[in-house]
Amino acid sequence: MSEPEPATEARRIAAEARDRQRFEEEALALADQVYRVARRLVGAREEAEDLVQETYARAFRSWRSFTPGTNMRAWLLRILTNLNVDRGRRIQRTPHSQPLEEGDYYLANKLAAAGGEEVLEQEQVVERMSQDSVVNALASIQPQFRDVVVLVDIGDFTYADAAQILDIPIGTVMSRLHRGRRALKQKLAEDTVP
Amino acid sequence: MTRDPCDKCEEILQDYLDRTLTNEEWAEAESHLEGCDYCRRRYRFEETLRRYVKTSAAERMPPGLMDKLQELRGLDATA
Ligand SMILES: [Zn+2]
Repeated sequence: MSEPEPATEARRIAAEARDRQRFEEEALALADQVYRVARRLVGAREEAEDLVQETYARAFRSWRSFTPGTNMRAWLLRILTNLNVDRGRRIQRTPHSQPLEEGDYYLANKLAAAGGEEVLEQEQVVERMSQDSVVNALASIQPQFRDVVVLVDIGDFTYADAAQILDIPIGTVMSRLHRGRRALKQKLAEDTVP
Repeated sequence: MTRDPCDKCEEILQDYLDRTLTNEEWAEAESHLEGCDYCRRRYRFEETLRRYVKTSAAERMPPGLMDKLQELRGLDATA
């Protein structure tokens, strides 16, 4: 067995260092988007910061397992949601422990009942709801539903990406999304319609 | 069993806005929305609400976090 030529070995090491640096730069360019999702998955800002740092530490250590050309944002979020579960944030509750949400038109119907059908034509009708009430409503949804709503509606991930990130079937993504959005509207209705 | 077309329209709201309806279902929804003020207002409201939820929930990265992440670079350099 012959040792590799020193010059060849040096070139290999240099090429690998370049690949790693390129990976790191690509990952860091996504940090703002990763944080935006993380912030809504957990309760407190400090918790989101810690989670993002842990995610990047893990990602930088395991950059070789990332397949170039695939969706790095989804890859980072997969790491992040796994770490989040490892932290024991999630106590699995059975979905039917939550009362059944109202229908999809629930919030609109409540607003229309309070202000007339025409209010729904006005863009400002949603601004009756403060940003805080939106944030609180999101936080009030059960974690398994919230994760999907946050990934799809805040993070702009496709159903398929969300399924891969959370390691659940795509049909489960769709049904959790549906229930999560209904729960969100129900909560917004409770908070904003007298 | 006959069903209220507005109930059907409510049922496919999510798929309509997520653009996951089949062409046939989409055409069916469009033709219902064309003639139904009630559902049309609700669909438009829902679109506005989604945009509002998204902007309301967006929070920028706190200052300093990027520096902390930059410091993590090279964790694998010696491996
Ligand atoms: Zn209708």
